[in-house]
Amino acid sequence: MTEHVVIVGGGTGGTVLANDLADRLEPELDAGDVRVTLVNDDPDHVYKPVWLYVPFGQRELDDGRRRLADLVDDAIDLRIGRVSDIDTESQRLQFHGSAPSVGYDYLVLATGSTLEPDQIPGLTEDGHNYYSESGATELRDELLSFTEGDLVLSVIGTPHMCPAAPLEFVFMADDWLRERGLREDVDITYTYPIQRVHGNPHIAEWARPIMEERDIQVETFFNAESVDPETETITSMEGTELDYDLLVAIPPHRGIDLIEEAGLGDDGWVDVDKHTLEAEAAENVYALGDTADTGVPNAGSVAHYQAGVVGQRLASEIRGRPATATYDGKTLCFIETGMDAASFVEFDYENPPSPAPPSEKLHWSKLAYNESYWLTARGLL
Amino acid sequence: MTDIEPDGTVDARGATCPGPLMDLIGKIRGAESGDVIRLLSDNEQSLTDVPEWAEEAGNELLTVEERDDYNAFYVEKA
Ligand SMILES: Cc1cc2nc3c(=O)[nH]c(=O)nc-3n(C[C@H](O)[C@H](O)[C@H](O)COP(=O)(O)OP(=O)(O)OC[C@H]3O[C@@H](n4cnc5c(N)ncnc54)[C@H](O)[C@@H]3O)c2cc1C
Repeated sequence: MTEHVVIVGGGTGGTVLANDLADRLEPELDAGDVRVTLVNDDPDHVYKPVWLYVPFGQRELDDGRRRLADLVDDAIDLRIGRVSDIDTESQRLQFHGSAPSVGYDYLVLATGSTLEPDQIPGLTEDGHNYYSESGATELRDELLSFTEGDLVLSVIGTPHMCPAAPLEFVFMADDWLRERGLREDVDITYTYPIQRVHGNPHIAEWARPIMEERDIQVETFFNAESVDPETETITSMEGTELDYDLLVAIPPHRGIDLIEEAGLGDDGWVDVDKHTLEAEAAENVYALGDTADTGVPNAGSVAHYQAGVVGQRLASEIRGRPATATYDGKTLCFIETGMDAASFVEFDYENPPSPAPPSEKLHWSKLAYNESYWLTARGLL
Repeated sequence: MTDIEPDGTVDARGATCPGPLMDLIGKIRGAESGDVIRLLSDNEQSLTDVPEWAEEAGNELLTVEERDDYNAFYVEKA
């Protein structure tokens, strides 16, 4: 009997996993004992880290898009469609439109994050972001002609994709405005929902003095409640009001609704065992990347490492051997600290991060990684 | 044991910092003024995070109940 593995989501995690399985299970795939289907709702694969550079005019959206068919091994069945229902009892998926349903023996959810700016009144009208393609280009159009006033970056809620990206944005904006002789005419304010500037205390401790040095104002315990486009103010649940001329916000995030509907977890994130990545509420279901609620950052590097673990576990299960591979919380992150300097952190469940001194070399390493990402997606790196 | 009847509960046991506080803030965001939200957390940091935030936001931390291996925080939305 053919065992059918279905992966939902052809972003970083799902694509790396599909290519990992193509390699790992080559004999079984050749013999027809195993079939692997990768489902994505877009024929393109999107590499989101490129969006950070779009507002500064340094990258184009196309730099972050490639055809999935060109990235995924031919041994994988690629299916373009949007899953509309997950039934973990009968082990079956339904699709939007009239596409036939699909059964699975093993299901891997790699459906990423969804943005929900509508949770905050006024944010959709007047808030900008670089967390979506349309957001990044609209912000670019605003930022390129922004020469004076209050620039506010507000982190609304956690978890969100790439916890370092809000820090990167204000560090880059500061440097970019300085280079153009505009910094004295622009006030930059950074807001964060808890009592420090980043969720991880070690990264917060490292970033705070840099912000002071660069004259980036900080508002902590700032949970945005509403935005008033008329008066150009953003107000927090804690009662603080800030004026802005340009508002950049990291909108509230959640997973996808069908995960909650399938009883797999709250807010669209899948409850998993943080070491095995197996769903808590259903048999033969794994989750990885942003959608897996492990408490580690929503980062591409995490999705990449987790894909390797799930690949090994699935191969063991399919071969009837005990699955022993586990995820240790490994996270790796470059943090841009300006237009030509970056830091780097590496940490896991046991070992906290210790940010490296910013250097030009690390900045080039980040850009080099972004270029070589396509090899990562192909499963070659 | 308190006899406060919460209007909603957030179970953040097992979550690491700042998860429990963010979960509480998320729940309070959607609550009505006067509602009491109960947060269950086994993270030590919550013992300082939650009172600090409640004070900052003007919400009232009614009580903290110590259970065997976690704490229950009762916060009333202002
Ligand atoms: C501005 C920005 C900068 C970033 N920088 C970095 C960085 O420097 N380093 C880093 O490690 N990470 C970074 N990240 C985070 C990183 O991009 C994500 O964490 C990563 O993409 C997560 O991978 P994933 O596979 O979980 O989800 P995704 O890559 O988001 O893929 C999810 C896929 O699932 C599909 N999908 C969703 N629902 C359905 C459905 N119902 N049916 C079919 N398909 C569906 C989506 O269309 C998508 O293709 C950044 C993110 C942003 C926004």
